[in-house]
Amino acid sequence: MHEMSLAVAVVDQVEAAASSRGAVGVTSVELDVGELAGVVADALAFSFELACAGTVLEGAELITRTVPGVARCEPCAADWAVGMPPRLLCPTCGAAAGELVSGRELQIREVRWACPDTPHERQRQPITEES
Amino acid sequence: MCRAVDLQRAVLAKNDAAAHVLRTELTARGTTVVNLLSSPGSGKTALLERELRLAGERGVSAAALTADLATENDARRLARSGAPVKQVLTDGLCHLEADMVARHLHDWLPESTRLLFVENVGNLVCPAGYDLGESLRVVLASVTEGEDKPLKYPTAFGLAQLVIVTKTDMAEAAEFDEPSFRAHVQQVNPGVEVVLSSVRDGRGVGTLLERALAVAEGNHVHTPAMAQAGA
Repeated sequence: MHEMSLAVAVVDQVEAAASSRGAVGVTSVELDVGELAGVVADALAFSFELACAGTVLEGAELITRTVPGVARCEPCAADWAVGMPPRLLCPTCGAAAGELVSGRELQIREVRWACPDTPHERQRQPITEES
Repeated sequence: MCRAVDLQRAVLAKNDAAAHVLRTELTARGTTVVNLLSSPGSGKTALLERELRLAGERGVSAAALTADLATENDARRLARSGAPVKQVLTDGLCHLEADMVARHLHDWLPESTRLLFVENVGNLVCPAGYDLGESLRVVLASVTEGEDKPLKYPTAFGLAQLVIVTKTDMAEAAEFDEPSFRAHVQQVNPGVEVVLSSVRDGRGVGTLLERALAVAEGNHVHTPAMAQAGA
């Protein structure tokens, strides 16, 4: 089960982002998990709770969004859902997929910082990777 | 101080960065890394022992890092080939990560090493997501494991740059349906080469070494469709 390693990686990154912003807590972490990322969402949620203990993320909710596997056929200029188990051969012409458009994501999408003063008021503020 | 932020960071960014550094450093000094993945018991160690021995006979400096949860048995077996071998004990961890590989290479890997084989923990799930700085990823499956193995472990097989079927001397007894296995491999990884091997009758032994050397010489390596991720 490598979900614990992944959970620790998520917590490390969110902790680093929290400390650079002086955040006091984290309400939720939203993850994009591709169908082909080889991750079991339940195992990740279990590991996440353990990995959060004693950190600024303690008590944070993990929201996982499953991203379906979609492949692209260049000759047909068409996309198809690869399904599970995946089929990376074009259902129309039988050619090999030129690209997997989505399905291998393992990405921290959004973090909600805890909000002790105004719990109902929330504001989105996109940041760059470096900030 | 209440807000949501789009973080947009890859969970495995740290591992990917460490793998990139490792690949860059090792390639610069002329070392090519081959990452071997399979289920427990599919014959990674037996094949690797033969390939290392062959490398020695041909004057190719090859070394092996072998990972297990416990015991140094594999390192002892591989050391019979005469190649430098180091055991990594993961203490229960189900996969190797790039920084673990880097740590173990430090102060051990001979400068002149041309090929470094990394025998991952026997597991087709967890190791699949971790780049170890390899230039060739090989997935092995024995004839006793069933023809649908590539469909059951699509990420591992889907990201392979070479697939090796082991124990083909037992294919008949195991009623191994080779065309079906090949079709399943092609379904998840169109165009990847499938090599048949047996350390008992010698079939296909040496192919892994040849493919690894071809990669070391800069020849084209299969790029799996699954690795061409637009996301």
